[in-house]
Amino acid sequence: MKLTGAQILLKMIKEEGIDTIFGYPGGAVIDIYDAIAKQNQVKHILVRHEQGAVHAADAYARANKSVGVALVTSGPGATNTVTGIASAHSDSIPIVIFTGQVPTGLIGNDAFQEVDTVGITRPCTKHNYLVKDINRLASTIKEAFHLASSGRPGPVLVDLPKDIMQTIIDFKKPANVSLKSYRPNYKPNKKQLTKVVELIQNAKKPVIFAGGGVILSKASEQITTLAKMANIPVTGSLMGLGAFPGSDPLWLGMLGMHGTYRANMSIGNCDLIIAAGVRFDDRVTGSIDTFAPHAKIVQIDIDPTSIHKNIKVQCPIVGDCKTALEGIIQLMGNKTFDRHSEWIGQIQEWKETTPLRYDQGGKIVKPQFVIEKLYELTKGEAIITTEVGQNQMWAAQYYHFDKPNHFITSGGLGAMGFGLPAAIGAKAACPDKLVVDVAGDGSIQMNIQELMTAVESELDVKIVILNNQYLGMVRQWQELFYDKVYSSTAMVNAPDFVKLAEAYGAKGLRCDKPDEVEATLSEGLNSKGTIVMDFIVDREESVYPMVPAGQAITEMLLV
Amino acid sequence: MKTDRYLLSILVDDEPGVLSRIAGLFSSRAFNIDSLSVANTTEPEISRITMVTRCEPHIIEQIKKQLNKLINVITVNDLTDKKYVQRQLALIKVNAQPEKRAEILRIVDIFRCKIVDVGLSHYTIEMSGNSDKHDAIISLLTPMGIIEIASTGTIALARENGR
Ligand SMILES: Cc1ncc(C[n+]2csc(CCOP(=O)(O)OP(=O)(O)O)c2C)c(N)n1
Ligand SMILES: [Mg+2]
Repeated sequence: MKLTGAQILLKMIKEEGIDTIFGYPGGAVIDIYDAIAKQNQVKHILVRHEQGAVHAADAYARANKSVGVALVTSGPGATNTVTGIASAHSDSIPIVIFTGQVPTGLIGNDAFQEVDTVGITRPCTKHNYLVKDINRLASTIKEAFHLASSGRPGPVLVDLPKDIMQTIIDFKKPANVSLKSYRPNYKPNKKQLTKVVELIQNAKKPVIFAGGGVILSKASEQITTLAKMANIPVTGSLMGLGAFPGSDPLWLGMLGMHGTYRANMSIGNCDLIIAAGVRFDDRVTGSIDTFAPHAKIVQIDIDPTSIHKNIKVQCPIVGDCKTALEGIIQLMGNKTFDRHSEWIGQIQEWKETTPLRYDQGGKIVKPQFVIEKLYELTKGEAIITTEVGQNQMWAAQYYHFDKPNHFITSGGLGAMGFGLPAAIGAKAACPDKLVVDVAGDGSIQMNIQELMTAVESELDVKIVILNNQYLGMVRQWQELFYDKVYSSTAMVNAPDFVKLAEAYGAKGLRCDKPDEVEATLSEGLNSKGTIVMDFIVDREESVYPMVPAGQAITEMLLV
Repeated sequence: MKTDRYLLSILVDDEPGVLSRIAGLFSSRAFNIDSLSVANTTEPEISRITMVTRCEPHIIEQIKKQLNKLINVITVNDLTDKKYVQRQLALIKVNAQPEKRAEILRIVDIFRCKIVDVGLSHYTIEMSGNSDKHDAIISLLTPMGIIEIASTGTIALARENGR
């Protein structure tokens, strides 16, 4: 079958089972866009900025449990993707980014819209390629999808010179990928698994710590089973929210800088941590020296570099979370395990004395109240994307995720501007789901142009702006650690978000009274189309608990 | 902080960009490279990188794991605690005033080096050996006045059963 490079690209994307891609055209990819127009198997969503395409692909991957794809042109198109790629890299999200490149004959000549895309993205991709030979095109694309989605997932970029896209060859299906230098180890060592069972049997105060890896390896069921078998409480990283049901009595809430009191205290006092799919980021550990001082730590991770990187562990297990947890559960068999009633009682006490709290009295809307109402009205079933800052933390604290793949946030990179394009990507993956972007007034302006994408593509998303007229999270740090010098964080000059929504053809709603929060949410969530809800909230509300950077996570500032 | 010297023999795909992936890994994670030497192997698609790095003991594990994680790295063999032969090649151009020539020749002889270029006022010496030998000859020649040095990184192979 004679095909152009561009047609091969689309064919290979389709073969991967991907029906929607996100992109933006330009000179170097014009042949690909021509091919897109002449087929109907792969749907293309036109974003309004390339960063949006990558965040959308990222969220598509997470919501769809598959690989996300972004397509952009050379030069500025490629450089605009870097934040999105770096975010997906930090969060180990499987995406493939196709970038146009100048024709092979011009590479290295500082041609128009030429940048060294492979060079620029090398440190923030799992791997990347420049395709210089049309005969290697199909196999490279196949390899890219394989790398993105296997082992520890991550973004893979393929740079496509324009002439390669135009060249016609006799297309042959590429062989299965086999790389001598890449064989992720899925199967954990059985001896180590046996050791875990022993550790669980001997533990008086165990805790499970679930991260994004549990969600990526689809191991929620296993984590839940393990927790129930030995009555072990579960905490999670930001990336791990939804890995274990947020409404379960064993759930401790999130761990770390803005973790719950009981989660942080549990880690500080436990004698065993079973950590699965986490990398012990500094936002979770606080000061390393004081982290879990009494605990033996089991760490399950597919990526050997995650182990012993930040925290020394006593029982490392390299392998797939799901496989490892299944192995542990099997070895636990019908042994009986202690119910740890004293430990559970202690945790219950922490929960009762020091819960997450805020005070919705008075006339001003509290941001936490908006999230609580959002949780109630959506029955916890919406897909929530977030921007970055306080809004993100309140969403993490007050929306209780019962299922994986429902909380989509830029965790490791913390990229403002993530939430709106991510909501669009998630909606494209799950058209029947309600998708809500919990936003800040600062972050939403970073990719506000994607409102047009949502409206045009009829990917209805609901945007809840917690409008505090501040870069709130930075303001909070200034309040606590910089003598309230609010340098460049007051955002009093902002657009009228209701009118802005209307300008894009969406609908805008505003609410500034506590007793209207529910009605506004209800109207916004139940109306057709993309809706922006602008909640004017308490300007100087802060996120608590808070562990100042570099301190022990048990040393929390409380409200 | 105490650092140790480690000798890694790394087999990689012979592809453009591989070296910059390795160099990039070291610079982005603040690892040190003492020396690096890259050359073909008998297999056309595979190159060998011999690297000397200096770091604290717990860092070397991360370095090896991070190297292994690069898609183009096939194997990482840590020769440090194994039996191996290692060589470094150096060309040393040294001031050779008439009254120093005999002394220089004696040093060259003791170290079993070779004079590969002679001028009116210099000798260029070829030295091959391990890094101790390299350091020793340099320290002996320094008083004569070393004009220039070109030196390779260490290359090494495991002894017969040392793989
Ligand atoms: C692209 C980017 N630039 C800067 C920051 C630093 N930063 C973190 S949170 C934050 C404030 C976000 O303000 P807003 O979106 O209004 O959220 P709030 O904290 O007020 O809820 C800033 C500036 C960032 N995370 N990302
Ligand atoms: Mg704000």
